[in-house]
Amino acid sequence: MFSVFRDLIRYNMEFAVGVVLVGAIVLFSLLSFISPVDPTAIYTTIPDMPPSAEYWFGTNSRGQDLFWHLTFAFRNTLFFGLSVALLSRVISIAVGLAAGYLGGWTDRVLMFVNDIFVALPTFPILVLFYFVLRSDLDMFKLALIMACFGWPYDARLIRSVALGLKHREFTRHAVFAGMSPVKIMFEEHLPYVMPIVFATAMANMIWSIGLEVTLAVLGFTNINIPTVGTALYWANNHSAMVVGVWWWIVIPVVLIVLTFLGLFLLAVSMNEYIDPRSRLRRMGA
Amino acid sequence: MSTYLVFALKRFLQFLAVVFTGVSASFFIAHLSPISPVETIIGRVSGQSAFSPEAVESLRQTLTELFGLNVPLHEQYFNFLRRFLVGDLGPSLLAFPTPAMKLVGLALPWTVGLLTLSTILTWLVGNILGGLAGYYQNSRLLKAFGIVAIGVQPIPYYIVAFLMVIIFGFLWPVLPVSGGFAMNVRPSWSPEFVGSILLHGILPAASLVIVGLGTWFLGMRALVSNIVTEDYVTYAELAGVRRERIVSSYVIRNAMVPQLTALAMSLGGIFSGTIITEQVFSYPGLGTLLVRAVNAGDSAVVLAVSCVAVIAVATAILLIDLIHPLLDPRIRVE
Amino acid sequence: MSVTTDILTVDRLRAYYQMNYFGIEREVRAVEDVTMRVKANEVYGIAGESSSGKTSLIKVLAAAIRPPLRVLEGSVTYRFNGNPLDITRAAEEEIEAVRWRHLSYIMQGSMSVLNPVRRIGRIFEDFAFRPMGLKRDAFRAAVEAHLARLHLEPGVMNSYPHELSGGMRQRVTIALATVCRPEFIIADEPTTALDVVVQKDVLAMIREVQQALGSSVVFVTHDMAVHASIADRLAIVYAGRIVEEAPTRTIFTAARHPYTRHLVASLPRIGDTSPKPSLEGRPPSLAEPPPGCRFHPRCPIAIERCRKEVPILEEWPGEHRVACFRAHEAIPAGEILHLKRGSLQ
Repeated sequence: MFSVFRDLIRYNMEFAVGVVLVGAIVLFSLLSFISPVDPTAIYTTIPDMPPSAEYWFGTNSRGQDLFWHLTFAFRNTLFFGLSVALLSRVISIAVGLAAGYLGGWTDRVLMFVNDIFVALPTFPILVLFYFVLRSDLDMFKLALIMACFGWPYDARLIRSVALGLKHREFTRHAVFAGMSPVKIMFEEHLPYVMPIVFATAMANMIWSIGLEVTLAVLGFTNINIPTVGTALYWANNHSAMVVGVWWWIVIPVVLIVLTFLGLFLLAVSMNEYIDPRSRLRRMGA
Repeated sequence: MSTYLVFALKRFLQFLAVVFTGVSASFFIAHLSPISPVETIIGRVSGQSAFSPEAVESLRQTLTELFGLNVPLHEQYFNFLRRFLVGDLGPSLLAFPTPAMKLVGLALPWTVGLLTLSTILTWLVGNILGGLAGYYQNSRLLKAFGIVAIGVQPIPYYIVAFLMVIIFGFLWPVLPVSGGFAMNVRPSWSPEFVGSILLHGILPAASLVIVGLGTWFLGMRALVSNIVTEDYVTYAELAGVRRERIVSSYVIRNAMVPQLTALAMSLGGIFSGTIITEQVFSYPGLGTLLVRAVNAGDSAVVLAVSCVAVIAVATAILLIDLIHPLLDPRIRVE
Repeated sequence: MSVTTDILTVDRLRAYYQMNYFGIEREVRAVEDVTMRVKANEVYGIAGESSSGKTSLIKVLAAAIRPPLRVLEGSVTYRFNGNPLDITRAAEEEIEAVRWRHLSYIMQGSMSVLNPVRRIGRIFEDFAFRPMGLKRDAFRAAVEAHLARLHLEPGVMNSYPHELSGGMRQRVTIALATVCRPEFIIADEPTTALDVVVQKDVLAMIREVQQALGSSVVFVTHDMAVHASIADRLAIVYAGRIVEEAPTRTIFTAARHPYTRHLVASLPRIGDTSPKPSLEGRPPSLAEPPPGCRFHPRCPIAIERCRKEVPILEEWPGEHRVACFRAHEAIPAGEILHLKRGSLQ
């Protein structure tokens, strides 16, 4: 595991850049734990100060120090993305392995449901949830709802791998040894799909964070929790661009774009690691 | 041909299942609402002028009946399905008593136009460029495009649209960043009006294309760099088949098949992206209508937009599935 | 026979794969010092184990030299209509001009060589329309006549590859390779993936087309039984070098090289119930071939000299060439085929 990581860093530019970017953002968000300010308090400093030695990212029109405020925003946003990724991985692994290994009617029913979920437009449905729940829609509920929409594509991928594993020698051995299907799926097959699980988790985080930002900017989440989306919501609300407080918008946008880029590079390089054909091409074989 | 009919029938049943599930889910989510549409209207009406308590009570009763809320939930559901079949989802609150479906009907052409145009453009251009990049792997121009695509690809719709507004609204204001056409032009088939529509469509369409192009480009490039190692490509090259013919009919043509599947599978996401983009540019489509309806507490319109979104995406997927066999002869004998 | 009847002359050909793994140079010596001639109107068989370099050799012969494969030395000269063309030095246009018209190729794997989303008729157009230079109607008629020669209905023109059976697809690929009546056909394991009955059918068909067109065929397979039934002359390749070359009958009755004798002896014969010998060891890595004779680590009769010197391909009477220091000695079959006595390993 460690040697794979080391090889990827050494030989794969995309992976190295991705690790650096994501690592930097994670470190930045961890600074929130030593933050001297309360992220929900407003008017604690002079408003509308441009970036300077004292306020690295400037201050916003609500009198918040943007640097510390954004450490909280990124912590919440990353945590949100991670929660959605984890929850939806659980569903996609369970569905993918079961459909692939059990086959037959289980497969047909699961894939039928899967196709329905793929065809549903997520955004209007999320808005509908907000419309109904309003301020009851906290980060956890939103993560739960989004996890319910974030699994089908990846479940299909996992299923295709599980289909291949089913006919391998070791599966037959396990069956003859009397292992139960559940045991076979989770002890024998799960390790083989883990690389896909990691790669799709990155893509899933990009998707969920992107949607969270969108919902938040529109004011369709709890706007009092600092996230990247709510930071932009308040900036829009105070017409930051119009009144010239550009840093309030530009800094979070740049940081979130870097986050997406980092996650995307990680996903791409992991995909390449999974697909040996593209790896061989890289080596010139 | 009968195998095609069986295939088409199967896809159609799937379409019905998707629509039924999506519409039902929308209904039940909407009816969990703690906010009563009746009370919202009463609040608004009584805020404007004074009413006697009796008048308010009779208004409440009338409205409850109008919204069909005077029966148990399962009956409401069946009523909803029955009315849904004839395209009636009740009156809008936002523009009472205009039917919600009429508002959706006014917004829908904008969304469908924007979505169709930008998606077809993005898909074709992205795939052709990606195909060329996968085949001519030493082209510097295409390599540079690949790096840009990697940089742009992961940025979500909202941020790209937002950046466009910042750039073309504040930094270099040359294009309209808001609305579907200029205020001073009367809607007609006049050249000014059509021109105004096209001008206002540039930025929303451009931001959709920017987001989508990279995805198709990168996907196609990866696909093609695998397909060029296939025997039928090597063989055609050995036979001295013309290069353009190999690139178009052997390489890109084969890669289009999985890319079409990918298009069908990502259409839900693209639709979401379109309505998000519309909202940023106040484009008069479903996205803007949806956000306005949410802010006004207009449950009928919110529900109608969700239902129409489900149907629109399912229809588009059905259409793609139906043309799939034209691209891949193997499906026909499946 | 005079030199002019040779349609292909390969002279001291050396072709290596040169790769670069993250800065580490790697070289695979796939074709080493190969000299051979193919005459007009003959079937020339090339036999060897997998990874013996025979695939690389025919890639060069088919002018499919792509990086990392590179020709370092030697020449591959075709003589079509009396004009010599050295494909290791010719310009791409000159090679394009002879492709399919004069030099064609039957590739391994009949399913994967046909574009799955294109009708057979369109594939024929892509491959043969330009080289044949006919009007559309005449072209179609010519293709249909050719398909009929291979017992295929004209209707296959409207089919997609997946709609045909395995045997039909193989016949289609043979038809595709021969429709321009090329003088030279390279066939790379065309029968390997087929079942025995279809295999026989296909072999008969290749032979039939070859005789009808008067073409030369280079036929590559590891299967000595197939060679026995189709090749006029046979070259045995081991680790990138030709170790023996002779008319097929000579190879099967009077082979001199221990490797050839081994290959021949391992063939089953009717009524023969004796156990078949197997060769010990594995074929050498072409990245680090052994010094001297490349066969010596597995050779049961290797001597000290074999470890140091490379035996050259010596001319023997009757169009026979052998590369072995002990070829002149009369070594009993038992010594070669049973015990690995005298091994120097």
